[in-house]
Amino acid sequence: MPERELTFAQAVREALAEEMRRDSRVCIIGEDVAEAGTPFKVLSGLVEEFGAKRVVDTPISEAGFTGVAVGAAMTGLRPVVDIMFGDFITLTMDQMVNQAAKAHYMSGGHWKVPMVMRTTLGATRRSAAQHSQSLHAWFSHVPGLKVVLPSTPYDAKGLLKAAIRDENPVVFFEDKMMYKLKGPVPEDDYTIPLGVADVKRAGDDITLVATSSMVQVALGAAILLEKEGISAEVVDPRTTWPLDEKTLIESAKKTSRVIVLDEGYGRYGVTAELAAVIAEGAFYDLDAPVKRMGAMHVPIPFSPPLEDATVPTEQTVFDAARSMCKPA
Amino acid sequence: MTIATSKAEAGRDIGTEKDKWLRAYRQMVSIRLFEEQVNEVYTRALMPGLAHLYSGEEAVAVGICEALRVDDYITSTHRGHGHCLAKGASPDRMFAELLGKEAGYCRGKGGSMHIADPATGNLGANAIVGGSVGIATGAAFAAKTLGTDRVAACFFGEGALGQGSLYEVMNLAQLWKLPVIYVCENNQYNEYTHFQETTAGTILGRATAFGIEAARVDGQDVRSVNEVATRLISRARTGGGPAFLQCDTYRYSGHHVGDINREYYRSKQEEHLWKTDRDPILVLTKWLIDQSYADASALDRITSEVRTIMESAVKFAIAAPYPNVEEVEKHVYA
Ligand SMILES: Cc1ncc(C[n+]2csc(CCOP(=O)(O)OP(=O)(O)O)c2C)c(N)n1
Ligand SMILES: [Mg+2]
Repeated sequence: MPERELTFAQAVREALAEEMRRDSRVCIIGEDVAEAGTPFKVLSGLVEEFGAKRVVDTPISEAGFTGVAVGAAMTGLRPVVDIMFGDFITLTMDQMVNQAAKAHYMSGGHWKVPMVMRTTLGATRRSAAQHSQSLHAWFSHVPGLKVVLPSTPYDAKGLLKAAIRDENPVVFFEDKMMYKLKGPVPEDDYTIPLGVADVKRAGDDITLVATSSMVQVALGAAILLEKEGISAEVVDPRTTWPLDEKTLIESAKKTSRVIVLDEGYGRYGVTAELAAVIAEGAFYDLDAPVKRMGAMHVPIPFSPPLEDATVPTEQTVFDAARSMCKPA
Repeated sequence: MTIATSKAEAGRDIGTEKDKWLRAYRQMVSIRLFEEQVNEVYTRALMPGLAHLYSGEEAVAVGICEALRVDDYITSTHRGHGHCLAKGASPDRMFAELLGKEAGYCRGKGGSMHIADPATGNLGANAIVGGSVGIATGAAFAAKTLGTDRVAACFFGEGALGQGSLYEVMNLAQLWKLPVIYVCENNQYNEYTHFQETTAGTILGRATAFGIEAARVDGQDVRSVNEVATRLISRARTGGGPAFLQCDTYRYSGHHVGDINREYYRSKQEEHLWKTDRDPILVLTKWLIDQSYADASALDRITSEVRTIMESAVKFAIAAPYPNVEEVEKHVYA
């Protein structure tokens, strides 16, 4: 029997529905999450199955309802908060960074905050500077938070179920350009542990470490590279924290060349951290400095030709990889 | 290209009652027809991103902006085309911005949700709900500190009542008697949810809790909006402090152009009632005719003049070039 395929959005919805059936403490809180099913229609149908007590529409009060989720998580619920655009996490920062991330530690291990924040990242949707950012580095910086970056429908389902079952606050970033991407997703109840990287494609000559939206770009570049006789390995860390350093370093040692790709800003960002981990762990096996590619250091412009220039593409990754492998 | 004699040129006191309301009529028609063109251009897939139309709410923007001076400030929202036009922006450069062209108000960098224009005191439209309440209050703070007599009008949808920062700045504004007018456009819906499901208590109660002067008007009647706005703005200008104005209104289209099947959150009958009984342009039309300030053919003439302006604005924008790609790294820092 051919494998069942789901879109990324359907995989997220299935993970939520399965966890809500399994555990009556799991609930969803956010703006237009009920009848509207969010503007991306990711949650369509959930309120019909689980009712308005577990799929809770809120006012446009990100700081307020994120704080409510923190308190509710500490006292018996397992909320999944929906922050429509990743750009709006800025409004939730105190609740996430000073409250959720620290409650367990500050209380000497007494309190736990088993909550998930689902939000989005990614540009090229022509949504301009306040609806296009990839801000996952901000949460990755903070001890006490876990950060998940699924890149396929399969990973989205397994990682989200693991995030909901985790005893800690977990932030789950979905690439909004990927919601319609299809891929095989088993009907079973499976989880993918947080902190385990996945080799999305094996190769020998260069490692492309890629997260979230950049995984498909890296896979596309790998196909172009193959035509040039260059064998690229694509490694997806899947979580920026916990981080599977071992898999990254092993791949770097094997291929001796690495490009790190992430749609956030490079400056003080995810690519900086991953490149440093690789440089520290594989320095003597590298044939070239680790290269980083990410969003250009600008607010995301609206105008299509400008916006397209701000993110790595298959072509720019291919060019960079080829010149690392076959210096002119 | 400007859509009406600018208020700066006309001066506040020049012009009869008749001229004033004919100008308001022209402004409202401009917004309506601008949005018709946006809908058209968007549906033809010529416009990238999202389009949030202001149709139905014209009397709010026009009623307020006609009471402001050209050097007064406004801040606007994701549904901002009406505010920009009413404050004096020109449709050709607005359309160019909507299409991401270099001739646009923000050189294509901002798009529909971020139009800004210093020449008309427009501090910028904002895609973060409640994102500009601080900016407007800050402009009022600067006006007071610098001793100019400018006023800032802060437009926001009733959805922004959910944002805590609004209450922080309203407290500051009242403590410091800042010349800012908080204009709450209650179009009944936060996206796909009726405001009564998201708003406890009353809207005006939020302002009166701080001792802020608060009023509620029929946002479909440009004369009512303008009358109350004129009083609150001159009070603010002369040191009387901030005010809060609730304007009850209605958006005719979806939350954005793609929001077509709306019956799960509001009925066609409700939409029909607002469009026929309370249409701001029809309300003013009737009044103008009753006053014998204009007859139907004079008003039609205005409409067709405006239509020509809008059509050529679209043509201008479509023909205009995109910015050079090198432009992408410009303006990150001043
Ligand atoms: C802080 C923030 N949260 C959520 C959104 C997504 N969003 C855009 S418009 C909107 C509804 C706004 O309703 P309202 O303020 O009443 O303005 P209207 O659209 O009715 O003009 C929402 C939730 C946003 N842009 N900013
Ligand atoms: Mg509204």
